[in-house]
Amino acid sequence: MSKTKIVGNSSVRVDGLAKVTGAAQYVDDLDFGPGLLHAVVVESTRAHAKLKKVDVSAAAKAPGVVRVVTGKDFPYMFGLYMQDRYIFAQDRVRFVGEQIAAVVAETPEAALRAAKLVKVDYEELPAVLSLADALKKDAVLIHPHLDRYNKVPWFFPRAGTNIAHWRKTRKGDVEKGFQQADFILEDVYTVPRYAHCPIETHAVTGLFDLSGRLTLWASSQSPFAQRNVMATALKPFGLTHKDIRIVTPYVGGGFGGKAGVSMEIIAAVLAIAMKGRPVKLNWTREQEFMNTSQRQGVIARVKMGVKKTGQIVALEHTLHWDAGASAEYGANVVNAVGLSATGPYRVPNVKIDSVCVYTNMPPCGAYRGFGYSEFHFGLESHITRVAQAIGMDPVKFRRLNAIQEGDVLAYGAHMNPGDLRGAIDRVAKEIRWGKKEKAKPGKAVGKSLACFWKAPAMPPNASSAAFLKFNEDGSLNLTVSGMEIGQGFLTVMAQCAAEVLTVPVEKIRVETPDTDRNPYEWQTVGSHVTWSCGNAVRAAAEEVKTKLLATVARAKGLKAEDLYLADECVKSRQDKKFALPFRSFVIDGIMRPNGNFIGGPIQGTGMFMPEFTSALGDPETSQGGHPNVHYTVGCAGAIVEVDKETGKLTVLKTALAVDAGKAINPELVDGQIVGGIVQGLATALYEDIRYGANGRLLNPNFTDYKIPTALDCPGEIVPIILETAQPDGPFGARGVGEHTMVACAPMIADAIADAVGVRLKTMPLTAEKVALALRGIDYETVKGDSLGFCFRGRPCDYPFAVGGAK
Amino acid sequence: MIQEIAIRLNGEVRRAAVAPNETLLDVLRGKFGVKTPKEGCGRGDCGACTVLLDGKAVRSCLILAIEVDGQSVVTLEGVGRDKPTALQKAFVKNNVFQCGFCAPGMILSSAALLAENPQPTEHEVREALAGNLCRCTGYEPIVQTVLAVAKKSAKKKPAARRARS
Ligand code: FES
Ligand code: FES
Repeated sequence: MSKTKIVGNSSVRVDGLAKVTGAAQYVDDLDFGPGLLHAVVVESTRAHAKLKKVDVSAAAKAPGVVRVVTGKDFPYMFGLYMQDRYIFAQDRVRFVGEQIAAVVAETPEAALRAAKLVKVDYEELPAVLSLADALKKDAVLIHPHLDRYNKVPWFFPRAGTNIAHWRKTRKGDVEKGFQQADFILEDVYTVPRYAHCPIETHAVTGLFDLSGRLTLWASSQSPFAQRNVMATALKPFGLTHKDIRIVTPYVGGGFGGKAGVSMEIIAAVLAIAMKGRPVKLNWTREQEFMNTSQRQGVIARVKMGVKKTGQIVALEHTLHWDAGASAEYGANVVNAVGLSATGPYRVPNVKIDSVCVYTNMPPCGAYRGFGYSEFHFGLESHITRVAQAIGMDPVKFRRLNAIQEGDVLAYGAHMNPGDLRGAIDRVAKEIRWGKKEKAKPGKAVGKSLACFWKAPAMPPNASSAAFLKFNEDGSLNLTVSGMEIGQGFLTVMAQCAAEVLTVPVEKIRVETPDTDRNPYEWQTVGSHVTWSCGNAVRAAAEEVKTKLLATVARAKGLKAEDLYLADECVKSRQDKKFALPFRSFVIDGIMRPNGNFIGGPIQGTGMFMPEFTSALGDPETSQGGHPNVHYTVGCAGAIVEVDKETGKLTVLKTALAVDAGKAINPELVDGQIVGGIVQGLATALYEDIRYGANGRLLNPNFTDYKIPTALDCPGEIVPIILETAQPDGPFGARGVGEHTMVACAPMIADAIADAVGVRLKTMPLTAEKVALALRGIDYETVKGDSLGFCFRGRPCDYPFAVGGAK
Repeated sequence: MIQEIAIRLNGEVRRAAVAPNETLLDVLRGKFGVKTPKEGCGRGDCGACTVLLDGKAVRSCLILAIEVDGQSVVTLEGVGRDKPTALQKAFVKNNVFQCGFCAPGMILSSAALLAENPQPTEHEVREALAGNLCRCTGYEPIVQTVLAVAKKSAKKKPAARRARS
């Protein structure tokens, strides 16, 4: 790869000044004038019930109310990968918090007051709040018409059950593998649900104008996916893609929660109901917790067989996921894990069953890490235990089994480049692996190292596009539709264009998308936009470059092959003094001696689709397709202090190494590492979601659901970037955004075990659990009945055979 | 009862008719068109709505608009209007913020801290920012930048510092 000048530098963010001056606008900052209407949603108070009657008469008459809308007005379904979600509940409600009706009023207060006047008559149905209940033979069905739902071809729902999808991966012969093993360990790990907690909640304003076009201003990661989902669901209104416009200003945090479509479609139909007037729908913090999407809970059984020498010979990984009331997005998380639950290791014999199960809990979907954080908790914990059981150093064990370029993946394709061993060595050194640290009195210090990998989970034809156009002064506008959700996407795209065109980053304006004006992007998810959209931007810049050279060649009678770009000029290899600044001709052209002008406004387009992927693997084995574009690998290590009395955990130091292929902007990669570690540590140490026995979320606020503050961070965080080029990435880059939180939970579990010999197998890893374990009390026996996870018994008793997974 | 209030908002006297239950946050955003105080929770947990009330960082979602009648309120719109402050410049240069939703509150809380305690320790910075949640950055770059700006200002104008402390 030739040397780059702008790519690889920590350019200042293109949105930096806007964000520190307050110029950056988020959806709720936009003004819609005095005609704006406000909507409030009426929510189900039951986890599972038939809707006998929804009486809106009192609400409709309340002061300030202009309209009350119910499921009768909009009996439609929607969904990203499977249409199993209702715009409004129809004949039944499926979780506490589900939208039943909406009140539209002149003020937010009037809407709120009236919403309380809507009377809902329920007929209770047995609520399915546990995975075991959901999977038993005569289970109450949450989606009796599962067989009729539209879905993507790589989902395999089982009609007549609560199984929304079942991904099976089979490689080699797992039974033979276990026979060859010298040691086998089998155990169960549980990970509860988590909430995204962007500081900005979901917010959207919709306008269905008098000409019949629908515009939504949404806080979203997915403008084009939203347009597509809406065009599909709202077809009955005669809306086509060109009639729907999604505008997405800055987003105050996404983390997967603003991918796809959730509450936005409610605002869309309310706008349709109120033709001619804009309608605003903002989620409260409580609704943000209850009715967007959470991270799925999972119970996982890991069975691993190894040789005395340390080689992994067989892995059986069975995961049952609590998808909640709809699986339109969550089933793809389950799918992604079903393909990749070997972790970043060479495993010759593999059997993975990843089962997506409907429950009467709030719906789940994408969350930074997309299932990988969840399965790595069990897998990485397990690996440390296996290594120790055969008397091998866990770091050495990981190094030995680490996946390498060309290795055959569980589904038969080959591994891309990535330096996992290099990452392990760097992190081990950083945390002084193998050296015992002195502990203060009453404390113990433990160390750990956990690996991670992750691939974007996307349809095989997910694509990106970019437009570039010059302005008179040689500055450029770049339009793309990836979202700036904080990761620095816009800056990185500007850097990619700047590199090709030799233009400073500050001369490129790149802003958030509008589906009318910006080119297509599938979605900003999966840490894939740097790679995918970066390729599109690079292609657009190359097209611009070709035009620049051709224009000058034609106007000056030169050969394009002799020309090149440097310092915002077209220069010549034949004539050192020749330098034509872009600004002199990119709009107005070049004058020839006779007064004619050659050229015209110079612009370029680029597109990218990963044409080598395919989702058409065999449903029974997953062999034959090529579902993932590439994996990013790395590892994280920690030094953790445990208070032997209280169980309190203090992370003294963490280091994380990730192979970014090429860090287009190293400071932004560092930002992803540090932010990801703190978010990952939060899931391990602080966040503890609780549901009551009736399926109601008990802590939908930051008082009771703790996310870290500036006081709750590790003593030291060391970000490490490795660069093993991704051959098909822009300048060799691949994604890193989600990966940085994936290894955090097992890393903490291992450090606790190292410090005080206590092995926690149920997240979160709170001081309470450590303190109990130190006193020999099994948390499972005292945990009470409010839980974040959809299984109330002891994990070791969980019936994995239920649903036929065995 | 609707009541008229007058506040000095970012240096200008602004008046509005407010109901007794309207929060300062709602009035700032809805009646004065000042949009940098953000609502992240509406109950005092997140700090996104932070403003300076007579120089002190407060959560505007927990304060009733009628309570601040006659007082002075500064929002991010009133900070570095003509030219970004040293703190704002450093936040840009170090690529500190990601989504930026917490930035208005963080900047005001940091500014209030530095005004009162120009040479804070790292722990003091973390304490001063503990009421401002950020889900993106892991706080590290924010804290380090505040410390760096404090250190630099100490070098630049020791006299001013002594005068204030
Ligand atoms: S909105 Fe005021 S503290 Fe969260
Ligand atoms: S930068 Fe996103 S919340 Fe702080």
